[in-house]
Amino acid sequence: MKWTGMYRRIAALMTMVLTAVLLAGCSDVVVLNPKGSIGQQQMDLILISTVLCLVVVVPVLVLTFWIAWRYRKREKDQAAYQPNWDHSTKLETIWWGIPIIIIAILAVITVQYTYKLEPSKPIESEAKPITIQVTSLDWKWLFFYPEQGIATVNYLKFPSNVPVQFELTSDAPMNSFWIPQLGGQIYTMSGMAMKLHLIADEPGEYKGAGANFSGKDFGQMNFVATATSQADFDQWVREVKQSYPSLTKEGYTELAKPGTSLVRSFSSFPQGLFNEIVTKYQVDGQSGHHHGGAEASSGDAKAKDGAAGSDADGHDMSGHDMSGMTDHDMSAMTDQDMTSHNHNG
Amino acid sequence: MKINSLSDFFVTGDPLIYGADVAIGLTMVAVVLVLTLFKRWGWLWREWLTTVDHKRIGIMYVIASLLMLFRGGMDALLMRTQLAMPDMEFLKPDHYNSIFTTHGVIMILFMAMPLMFGLFNLVVPLQIGARDVAFPFLNSLSFWLFFMGAMLFNLSFVIGGSPDAGWLSYPPLSERMFSPGVGQDFYIWGIQISGIGSLMTGINFIVTILKMRAPGMKLMKMPMFSWSVLSSCLTIILAFPILTVTLALLFIDRYFGAHFFTLDGGGNPMMYINLIWMWGHPEVYIVILPAFGIFSEVVATFSRKKLFGYKSMVFALMSISLFSFFTWAHHFFTMGSGADVNAFFALTTMLIAIPTGVKVFNWLFTMFRGKITFESPMLWTMGFIPCFVVGGMTGVLLSVAPADFQFHNSYFLIAHFHQVLIGGVAFGYFSGLYYWWPKVFGFKLNEKIGKYAFWFWNIGFYVCFMPQYVLGLMGMTRRVSTYGWDSGWWEWNFVSTIGGFLMGIGFLFQVWQILHSIKFMERVSGDPWNGRTLEWSIPSPAPAYNFATIPQVQERDDWWATKERKAQGVPEQPRAPLEPIHMPKNSGIPIIMSAFWFMAGFGLVFDWLWIAIPGLIGVAGSMLAHSFNYNTDYYIPVDEIESTEAAAGRVV
Amino acid sequence: MAHGGNHAASQAHGHDGHHDQEALRMMGFWIFLITDCILFGTLFATYVVLHGSTAGGPTASELFEMPGVIAETFILLTSSFTSGLAVLAMNKGSKRGLIGWLAVTAILGASFIGLEVSEFVKMVHEGATISTSAFLSGFFTLVGTHGVHVSVGLVWMVAIMLQLSRHGINSVTKRKVNVISLYWHFLDVVWIFVFTIVYMMGVK
Repeated sequence: MKWTGMYRRIAALMTMVLTAVLLAGCSDVVVLNPKGSIGQQQMDLILISTVLCLVVVVPVLVLTFWIAWRYRKREKDQAAYQPNWDHSTKLETIWWGIPIIIIAILAVITVQYTYKLEPSKPIESEAKPITIQVTSLDWKWLFFYPEQGIATVNYLKFPSNVPVQFELTSDAPMNSFWIPQLGGQIYTMSGMAMKLHLIADEPGEYKGAGANFSGKDFGQMNFVATATSQADFDQWVREVKQSYPSLTKEGYTELAKPGTSLVRSFSSFPQGLFNEIVTKYQVDGQSGHHHGGAEASSGDAKAKDGAAGSDADGHDMSGHDMSGMTDHDMSAMTDQDMTSHNHNG
Repeated sequence: MKINSLSDFFVTGDPLIYGADVAIGLTMVAVVLVLTLFKRWGWLWREWLTTVDHKRIGIMYVIASLLMLFRGGMDALLMRTQLAMPDMEFLKPDHYNSIFTTHGVIMILFMAMPLMFGLFNLVVPLQIGARDVAFPFLNSLSFWLFFMGAMLFNLSFVIGGSPDAGWLSYPPLSERMFSPGVGQDFYIWGIQISGIGSLMTGINFIVTILKMRAPGMKLMKMPMFSWSVLSSCLTIILAFPILTVTLALLFIDRYFGAHFFTLDGGGNPMMYINLIWMWGHPEVYIVILPAFGIFSEVVATFSRKKLFGYKSMVFALMSISLFSFFTWAHHFFTMGSGADVNAFFALTTMLIAIPTGVKVFNWLFTMFRGKITFESPMLWTMGFIPCFVVGGMTGVLLSVAPADFQFHNSYFLIAHFHQVLIGGVAFGYFSGLYYWWPKVFGFKLNEKIGKYAFWFWNIGFYVCFMPQYVLGLMGMTRRVSTYGWDSGWWEWNFVSTIGGFLMGIGFLFQVWQILHSIKFMERVSGDPWNGRTLEWSIPSPAPAYNFATIPQVQERDDWWATKERKAQGVPEQPRAPLEPIHMPKNSGIPIIMSAFWFMAGFGLVFDWLWIAIPGLIGVAGSMLAHSFNYNTDYYIPVDEIESTEAAAGRVV
Repeated sequence: MAHGGNHAASQAHGHDGHHDQEALRMMGFWIFLITDCILFGTLFATYVVLHGSTAGGPTASELFEMPGVIAETFILLTSSFTSGLAVLAMNKGSKRGLIGWLAVTAILGASFIGLEVSEFVKMVHEGATISTSAFLSGFFTLVGTHGVHVSVGLVWMVAIMLQLSRHGINSVTKRKVNVISLYWHFLDVVWIFVFTIVYMMGVK
């Protein structure tokens, strides 16, 4: 803890220096302008490792130019010339030593942070986390809110200061779910449910992207993640439940077809659909996808999703099935809609 | 079967491609016309296409790779043009996707690799005092396999359609389900055919270096470039079989409907990603290690000083090639492998920074207390050191696993690997080309034009890629074909595009430099740079047999030591008398066999067995024809050696 | 650059040169075997990863019939032994013994291939094809790659027998026999791994 505190102070100092000097006034540099604790720690780590590297790199750069200048061939005043001097145990020990020390320090920090920032590790918080299930499709994002029983396409909303537990999968070539200001990305892969925990420290609109190339229109897989107050979030959920159609199985099949999509909302979605998407490629339950890591295994997801599914079912009592693919505008999203249209043609 | 009409067969619908079609057609007609008019077909066949001489094979590698540099560079400039402004509609997304795919494949596999093999061929036998490589026939076959593979890959540009699933072609995107066209099959067979050639080159040069060094040249007296070739080739033979298998499995998936990497049937796409990086990461070390060797030679020569820390350098080379096999998973820290796996691969990756850093210090201290001049080769080396140091540093940043979650797939990553690949590999190979050019051709390249080329490249590089680090931190992801005004990215992108074109101008200067230097040819002696190693002890260009008598090596920089002894008036040891030199005969089989491979590959791409099967039979037939041929060598008689040496102004 | 040969005229020198070259080629072949080891290693690794992914199709224990496989194993091991006998005959200078033992080796190799092909055909008739499941993709590719290696070895062996009958035993043909024998032993070792990892552990 003591160490962490020190990193933090160094990092804070460097943040000030770097943001001030290098990137003056550039709030667009999203990775260095985090709005959540995960992103914050990742930025700290970036700055610490940068400083550690610069400790060697700057002197090396200076040395390079100095040596090249000092020992250039000259008509007169030639600097000392020792053509056969090719070994010095002392010097070589020094420059095996320097990188070893720097790398050793960096290694310790990296390992600490690797465990601390393991994406499947829940965030410690007073607030009860909210779960959002993410599916990357060809070429759109589908988000299920199992606890609220609603679903959205290409936009996200969640309360700030509440940890968000993302469960991620794909029903298309793999993609990567990335909201830079909240924290780093994770792949979405079919046949398994990955986990990513993020939190927003303040309300705001954060850009999200599908970071991994997944075919023709993957560049259209941008979305906005909005963090609001808990009250606004609850209000929004009520609104979605009242005003929008539900997502049916057929509706999902339609949605999953290759193509871009507008921003959409659904008042409900079929129970356990996320789990079905995760397991649909696992014909006999042991398809060799052992890679997901213990915390992110699909068995785990199955249990979670089962519970979530019944939860969703509870909310879905109204059950009016409007075979729901009606497009819907959010005024804030008009621009995005326009581009989607353009690229749909 | 996959092709229903002619318009499926030929790529249509894009004015850029029609333009390229016309240009390619005209160039081919021109080449054929010139060869016919000047009655050069026979000459071309006898002296070049069938040659087994490592020096000529090397030249062909270099020419082919410069052509590929042009193609890959055009791809790059097209992409930069598309990204110069927001909402550009210069390239549609699918066109953009195929361009970044071919750019990556061509630059790594059909530009960097052959340029590297070209330098191996041009230099290694001369540097270790050998008359040729261990297997000259195989060497020719390697070249032609590379060439035919590259041609097959490039054919996709005009026939059938280019691959568009990224340079490593991750499944399931690259599976038939999501990429039904033939582009992906061109990718597989183009790389596969040339990959077999790379593997054989690896074997060839390991045996050459281990078994054919001049007497007295113990391994620890071997020039550093040859050491770097050895370490690179050891990495090749361990890594390339993995690529061969991986691509074969992808092909089996696509062709026979197997389920190695498919979504359904129990396939495991992540296995491909693991396998391809088990080759892919060592691959980048395969191309950078020889560049390290080049810098070591150049720094010593132009500082007029022994290479500092020879043993450290050897140790560093070997440990880098070993570690390169234990870092592959750092290409997918974000795959949810868990903290244990990520921590392990983060550490192994950082470990590589140590020997690499040591090499930089050793180069600096080779220059320290030297007498440095800055001719072209040294200039590129000086461009390399700061560039590579910074690129290496961002590499270390990327290796910090949790930080990589924010860098991964962003332009930060793009900037990093271009910095090490351009600043390291390209600058390195250019340095090597300028350095050994006089040895190969007997004349120097014009220094003045070369300086323009260097500065355009060097400045262009920073203008192009430094903004991309910022773009990465601004959240711009790789491979997006366009972006909006609201993203705030366009200024940086615009600057980056300018940098790209500056490098393009640098390339044009190099072309001009070569043409100019051919026109105003300045002949040079065998040793124009006051070199240190054996290749400078013989005439430029080297005679077919390289060394009239095999040198007896005493020192590490043997030629330098010989010159010093001479200056001190130490009497030279009497040379052994000339003897007839045993040489391999030229052979047409390599080019014919490779053409059959091309045929087989083409047939398999289009699922036309009537082409593929005769092609494979042709391959087998060529192999047997070679096996049954016992008349493969000849002798150069003593009087011919004497007259050749005399013509080069040498007393034997 | 006239590459005409006064080959016969310089036979005296040629002998030395050939010796060196044959040693180089032997070493080159050893390195090739290393690369082939990695090739098979990769295939084994993919098979091990995928062997449980039967996707509702037949499993290893349902599919493999050990008697046939044991016969294949026995035949291939014997052929490795006879190829060793061929080398012994060569070292004794017996051209007839050499060609004879090579012929026996080739016949055994051909029967191995015959058995393997009939095993494959039977599986395919039972509906177990390369596209049935990831397990079977891995199986057919691994075992099939070994089979292709053996088949190439057969063609090569016949070519060497023809060359032996034409040129007799000299430094070149000697090296060729040594190389094919090495190759054959290598394939035998690979098969032992196939037998253990694919079949033995499969039916367990």
